[in-house]
Amino acid sequence: MKDMQDGYTTADGRKIGGVVMEMKNITLRFGGVVAIKDISFDIREGEIRAIIGPNGAGKSSMLNVISGFYVPSEGEVWYRGEKRPQLSPYKVAQQGIARTFQNIALFEGMSVLDNVMTGRLGHMKSGLFAQALWKGKAEAEEVVNREVAEKVIDFLEIQHIRKTPVGRLPYGLKKRVELARALAAEPKLLLLDEPMAGMNVEEKEDMSRFILDVNDEFGTTIALIEHDMGVVMDLSDRVVVMDYGKKIGDGTPDEVRNNQQVIDAYLGVSND
Amino acid sequence: MAQTQSGAEGLLSLPALLHRNATQFANSPAYREKEFGIWQCWSWAEAEKEIEALALGMINLGVNKGDFIAVIGRNRPTLYWSMVAAQSVGAIPVPLYQDANAEEMAYVLSHCGARFVVVTDQEQVDKVIEVQDQLHQFEHLIYLDPRGLRKYDHSQLHQYSHVQDQGRAARDEFMPELEARRGELDYDSTCVMLYTSGTTGKPKGVVLSNRNVIESAKNACEFDNLRLDDEILAYLPMAWVGDFIFSIGQAYWTGFCVNCPESAETMMTDLREIGPSYYFAPPRVFETQLTNVMIRMEDAGKLKQRMFHHFMDHAKKVGPDILDGKPVGFMDRMKYTLGDLLVYGPLKDTLGFGKVRVGYTAGEAIGPEIFEFYRSLGINLKQLYGQTEATVFITVQPDGEVRADTVGIPAPDVEIKIADNGEIFYRSPGTFVEYYKNPESTADTKDPEGWVATGDAGFFEETSGHLRIIDRAKDVGKMVDGGMFAPKFVENKLKFYPDILEAVLFGNGKDRCVAFINIDLTAVGNWAERNNIAYASYQELAGHPKVLASIGEHVSAVNKSVAEDSMLSGCQVHRFVVLHKELDADDGEMTRTRKVRRRIVEEKFADIIAALYDGSEEISTTTEVTYEDGRKGAISATLSIGDADVVPVAVQKVAAE
Repeated sequence: MKDMQDGYTTADGRKIGGVVMEMKNITLRFGGVVAIKDISFDIREGEIRAIIGPNGAGKSSMLNVISGFYVPSEGEVWYRGEKRPQLSPYKVAQQGIARTFQNIALFEGMSVLDNVMTGRLGHMKSGLFAQALWKGKAEAEEVVNREVAEKVIDFLEIQHIRKTPVGRLPYGLKKRVELARALAAEPKLLLLDEPMAGMNVEEKEDMSRFILDVNDEFGTTIALIEHDMGVVMDLSDRVVVMDYGKKIGDGTPDEVRNNQQVIDAYLGVSND
Repeated sequence: MAQTQSGAEGLLSLPALLHRNATQFANSPAYREKEFGIWQCWSWAEAEKEIEALALGMINLGVNKGDFIAVIGRNRPTLYWSMVAAQSVGAIPVPLYQDANAEEMAYVLSHCGARFVVVTDQEQVDKVIEVQDQLHQFEHLIYLDPRGLRKYDHSQLHQYSHVQDQGRAARDEFMPELEARRGELDYDSTCVMLYTSGTTGKPKGVVLSNRNVIESAKNACEFDNLRLDDEILAYLPMAWVGDFIFSIGQAYWTGFCVNCPESAETMMTDLREIGPSYYFAPPRVFETQLTNVMIRMEDAGKLKQRMFHHFMDHAKKVGPDILDGKPVGFMDRMKYTLGDLLVYGPLKDTLGFGKVRVGYTAGEAIGPEIFEFYRSLGINLKQLYGQTEATVFITVQPDGEVRADTVGIPAPDVEIKIADNGEIFYRSPGTFVEYYKNPESTADTKDPEGWVATGDAGFFEETSGHLRIIDRAKDVGKMVDGGMFAPKFVENKLKFYPDILEAVLFGNGKDRCVAFINIDLTAVGNWAERNNIAYASYQELAGHPKVLASIGEHVSAVNKSVAEDSMLSGCQVHRFVVLHKELDADDGEMTRTRKVRRRIVEEKFADIIAALYDGSEEISTTTEVTYEDGRKGAISATLSIGDADVVPVAVQKVAAE
């Protein structure tokens, strides 16, 4: 495991910076059910960090803790050198964190463009009244926001469905639109909840490409949860492995792949 | 020729035309491209600055006179500028098909010895890098979109905008050099090199001079009255001669605006937004659009459907005549005007043809019904016949003399003669200079007097003076009784039926003709669904008795129409078989551009042909197939042979020509 204070350089020559987010001894309980048990790990600037594990391992709960949606029962979340207090979701968004959902959460009746524009909400400063009249600052703001949205649309190659209502799109494209909305927020940290779930091989390849490009092009730090081991190992710089709410491995894909506990968990050796 | 010797109005090259446009039409739009949801526009003056910066950057990179610069990617203003910038510095642009695979690219790049390659994005960069070991002369690659390329070794890679920046920075240093090089361009210097797709053997590099391009563009612009305010949509492959002439030659000659779509997928939307006044599309595009219209009409309300069909029937009756300026009764005209208001206008708008003044289709035969449909709407769709070697234009249809089955009269300044065997020869200012590094092929195709063999057989209709293409000359043969055998003529008639995808006719040297038929899985599958016919595979559907019966009806109908042609009545199909597999490029039965390789089909299915001639009812056969990943397999089938109704032709009255 790499734990140099000032980051490291990946095999393909990308510079990974210092720690952006640190999870310190996180425990999460729902009543008597313990979803996460005493987990600690960090996410570094510019890296692609994956959280993997079998079904019910607590991955999504972990992501929800990172995104601020769940407040850990014990432990601390440190973001950019500060301990993060309990925050409402929009405040988290203002901190530069955006996410996608495992079960797509888009506005089905709205066009792709409008959906992507909602990702810009956090960047709109003008008041409701000014926006309704579309005068002065609101107009100038909308132009800027539209420009960002269009750049994202161009980046994810969804120009042809710009005006299509999301409800009419196939699953794979909806996933991409969701990513577009998250990107439109120009996040510093992007959280992806099973970005490839339910996709065919080709769609997975496309999505992987986009994730790598986002990281490469915008320097966005990415934390993702994924089921598909092959994809995770190819994409990520470091991997956290969870099982039954516990962390059983942490390191580069190669280190994790050769970790006996991880192998056992994935092959289903009894675990107590 | 004395006048053309000195060049049209003293403008001897495309960079010279660019300069004229930038001076005379400085503020007129020259290029538009949809990017980030908005049409970005460059005036001629701006375009000249962009091209100049790039040309200076190219000199800075070390481009020499006579270098070849390959250009690969989808239609983008920047790539068009690259071609003109290359010409400005005395280099020769070589546009390549963007969907070519790495090996095909390697052949062309090493054949012309390109030192520089300009590409759009990572995908193309990867292909060039993959084959660069085979390219001894390759030195630098310029790319437009930096996405995904950050980590690449940049010793040979240069971003387009950086090349321009460096050019701008070194303007004072290199401007005299650029001006000198531009000044050296004359009417005989090479304008562009285009590789033909190569149905037989390796692609050949067709060298076209400034004279070829400018004269052809000028003539065609005058023929169709193209103007400064015309608009075109550039969406066809840049490596194709047509795009070069329309989007560069003619655009530079008249100064009209070239619009580039946002991406291939948004082409239809962009077409509608631009509403071009000058439009070109291969028949396939028109066919698909018509099918879409018909399918969408099926889903429309009853009232709309009735209105559509009522007015379309009327349009079919009088539309083409109104378009051709022939006399049409007052009431019919009024009704057509009403129809235009209610149906034709909105429909044309939806299709993006609302403003089309001149439209062309070429490349292959277009179905008469498809052709008539567009013309009856009032779209001036015409046909032309051309070749890369002729800088496109050989014959064109003048306004008012448009028919589905001819390709028109000789284009301005084009001379045509028909050889004894029916082959068409032409000579024109657009006649190509040579095939690059291939003097044998040049000599085979072009004789010392400048006559070029097209390889197509045809004849001039006596009544109209229009040229009719029969077939490829090498495919035209004779039947036993001396009648002419022209397979394409019959095959095209068959292929106009939507459920027939491909047809191959045999009968050269025989007493009667037989045919192979491939059904169109989409069309026939759709029909099967509507008629509750279950099928599990292509093979099963192709062998279904009802399918055979309906194909049989088509063949009989085609026979009836073939019988009406005095020269080719002997080519009626006596027996046919619906093949158990689609003819496929992977099996070598077709070229990548979907042209049937007759010899290979004939050898491969010799047993079936024999059965067609010996009168058997069915034939069992096994065929080897290649899957997309290269594995091989075999499919066997028992095919039943269909007999078609043949119209008795009194005597094969065509004398040997």
